[in-house]
Amino acid sequence: MKFTLNGAAVDVQAHPMKRLLDVLREELNLTGTKEGCGEGECGACTVLVDGAPVCACLIPFAQTEGTSVTTIEGLGEDHPLQHAFMDEVGAQCGICTPGMILATIALGDNPSLAQIKEGLAGNLCRCTGYEAIYRAIAKANTGKKSGTRLGTLGVKNRRATDKRKPARPSGSKKRP
Amino acid sequence: MSAVGTNVKRKDGIGKATGRTKYADDVTFPGMIYGRTVRSTIAAGRITSVTHAYDAAGFTVVDHRDVPKGGRNLVALIVDDQPCLVEREVRHVAEPIVLLAHADREALEAAVVGIEYEGGPSLRSGRQAVFNPLESPTVLKEFTIEKGDLKRGFDSADMVVEGTYRTGHQEHVYIETNGVIAVPDNYGPLASLGVTGGLGMANANGVTVYGSIQCPFYVEKALKVMLGPNYTVRVVQTETGGGFGGKEEYPSMLACHATLLALKSGRPVKMIYDRVEDMLATTKRHPSYITHRTGLKKDGTIVAMDVDVVIDGGAYVTLSPVVLSRGGIHAAGPYRCDNTRIRARAMFTNTPPNGAFRGFGAPQTQFAMEVHMDRISSALGIDPVTLRERNALREGDSTATGQVLKSDCSALRVLQEAVRRSGFEDKRERYKGTKRGIGLALFYHGSGFTGSGELKLGSKAAVELTKTGVRLLVSSTEIGQGTRTMHAQIVADAMGIPYEDVEVAPIDTSIVPDSGPTVASRTCMVVGKILERACIELREKIGSMTPASYFKKHGPLRVEKTHVPPAWLTWDETLYRGDAYATYAWGCNVAEVEVDQDTYEVRPIKITAVSDIGRAIHPAMAKGQIEGGTGQGVGFGLIEQVVMKNGAMANSQLTNYTIPTTLDTPEMDIAILENPFSEGPFGAKGLGELPIDGPAPALVNAIRSIGLDVREVPATPELLLASKRSRQHAERHSDTLTYGASVGA
Repeated sequence: MKFTLNGAAVDVQAHPMKRLLDVLREELNLTGTKEGCGEGECGACTVLVDGAPVCACLIPFAQTEGTSVTTIEGLGEDHPLQHAFMDEVGAQCGICTPGMILATIALGDNPSLAQIKEGLAGNLCRCTGYEAIYRAIAKANTGKKSGTRLGTLGVKNRRATDKRKPARPSGSKKRP
Repeated sequence: MSAVGTNVKRKDGIGKATGRTKYADDVTFPGMIYGRTVRSTIAAGRITSVTHAYDAAGFTVVDHRDVPKGGRNLVALIVDDQPCLVEREVRHVAEPIVLLAHADREALEAAVVGIEYEGGPSLRSGRQAVFNPLESPTVLKEFTIEKGDLKRGFDSADMVVEGTYRTGHQEHVYIETNGVIAVPDNYGPLASLGVTGGLGMANANGVTVYGSIQCPFYVEKALKVMLGPNYTVRVVQTETGGGFGGKEEYPSMLACHATLLALKSGRPVKMIYDRVEDMLATTKRHPSYITHRTGLKKDGTIVAMDVDVVIDGGAYVTLSPVVLSRGGIHAAGPYRCDNTRIRARAMFTNTPPNGAFRGFGAPQTQFAMEVHMDRISSALGIDPVTLRERNALREGDSTATGQVLKSDCSALRVLQEAVRRSGFEDKRERYKGTKRGIGLALFYHGSGFTGSGELKLGSKAAVELTKTGVRLLVSSTEIGQGTRTMHAQIVADAMGIPYEDVEVAPIDTSIVPDSGPTVASRTCMVVGKILERACIELREKIGSMTPASYFKKHGPLRVEKTHVPPAWLTWDETLYRGDAYATYAWGCNVAEVEVDQDTYEVRPIKITAVSDIGRAIHPAMAKGQIEGGTGQGVGFGLIEQVVMKNGAMANSQLTNYTIPTTLDTPEMDIAILENPFSEGPFGAKGLGELPIDGPAPALVNAIRSIGLDVREVPATPELLLASKRSRQHAERHSDTLTYGASVGA
């Protein structure tokens, strides 16, 4: 299966009906994508497929062919959201954090509180009551260099200019 | 530069935000295979046969007969009644019977194990399975707290108010499910790779368990009892994705299972529960049924309190006696009353055992107390704030157990500050006649183990010099709440060194001393204090030298100290008299809600939470504890409903059991007060559990202020509608009573 993974073209052999989550974690050793419920409710396994947040536990691997997949590892280790989540205690136990950060990236720059609440409604956090997550997102947005776009920063070769509507795989997150 | 009181960077580093941090399911070992648990599908009966209907090639199969000679088929905790694997008698659904392991997970899942039962009386109760604790004939634990003269108290009352209150199960929903990996010591491939599985390769009878664990020494103890004296045991905590009490006792069971499979197969065995299994089989918050009968003067002064507490323990003892203790002790709330009786019982039922969950009995009993207070307020026509002000505990007052409170009592302060910040009085007037309601709850939470518990624990913590500074050694786990960071701050300031020079030892029972379980809001106040004392001694020993220069000149130096409870603390375990806790944290919540007049859905708008925690070691993390606990309390109060059918959770999925999302969680206004506890580190009291005691009663009191007589959580739309109907019914029949309770005389 050929697709773009964290900015690099890859060709991965795995059963087409295997969950994307398992392919990432087991075949590719990208364990930053977490399993919390296996049914698309908790969002811990959120990855970006063509820029859209999806639950990797709901997507058969076959659906990633030709797409661009971004996992938390694709952000590197110096993304402003990563620092802000740690510094503002937006991460406590940390198990929801990778998915939460990727879902935040999909919101683009300077989202309003209402947009954040709606956009993260599919990502459960049991530790923080979400308040510190809002503070982290606000801090990352105010702290970034002027002109840089938080939504794309650190995501290499994401098809930001691709005008095609992102494919909505069956695992696309429900919007409330 | 002081570290305590500042928001230093967490010791976790950036790994949690980059995905690099390894949780149990992220860890693999060469040759590792997977384990699965075959569980009972009935609530009570006897196993008559077990048949294995699959190709046995590659499978490791374990049942109770695989417990080693010299060991015991037991999950050791308080009372030795819970088997590691069922031998014959089944006492609840989802009880583990057979374990399977295989390298291929699909083959593992596909294997069919048939279990036949003969239904029939449960041995424990001598009759059919019992699911309702009020109908259970078997008491798990009971005690009575008595103070003053109850009869004289009621005789002097102008009025008596009664009522019964209920709380349901609550599931922890840590986002990382329970999981462990057991690695046998004598596993060849690991030895050749230089990976040590345990204390030493020479010992062929050893095991190391890695896992998502709150209390590594509980797991170690359980493994030692199960395996017997011929085995060595080591427990290593992997980064843990939330606990909230849910990883206090159950990991002992899971570790025993993985260990039996690992020893039999001779290979590392990983067992990670999926969400359904985790919800179906592991512990939950104890449901409660609490009745209050309160004698009052016309001015609202409480003169007699008679409280009856019943909690549902489930099928085995596990931690229920201690949950009942904390629940019972907190049942009279933060109020003074000279004549008090609290009768508390935990009952056996044929459901999976209920267990530790943040708050440990106190959220249940204080829910009842605080909703009862609002009913008293209505009955007497005294506003809720004045009623609480009149009765709140003050310095010099004594609690139900006779504990005389010192200057660290803050009940009035938190109440008055919450009322002021939230604009309670003004909003209560303004919301009248609208779909908005506002309510409050005043509460407290004892820090550390109950009574003489801390003395018996004798927790130990150590500090030692390193090349660059100091390393602290505790078994208190980081489960998200910030243990590593907070302990390092205490050590930095007690040593007078920069925070950055403090290291935290990995949680590995072969390395760290037993600082006790990570429970009971004790990790900062109790364990932090031991660390502080160890630092003072270490500092004396190195004199004017820095840790690094002393280490360079004289080599390693380590100081280990044991916890010393306050000298004045006395406790009578039989009579439940004395100083139940060394100190208490105090809280007041004000909740504002909006009730949809068509669907009866409750939208929580805002919660104001004022908390006295003695000292915030790390203010941002402390705030995070309060916000997170408040969020869980909102779930407990409004939406989290465990549906039990025939003794099993029928909605054991996150699709059907919902916890608060961003859209369900109200705005929060958090205020931290610091009224120090003189024997806590830098004045700190316990914090972790306090925040979950208040939201449920504050929310229900807000709903009540709209005119819906709710006395139960979760306050679902169905419950609100029922209370509306019963009120209409009651009005039609000129009857002021609902739910069968009497307000009167």
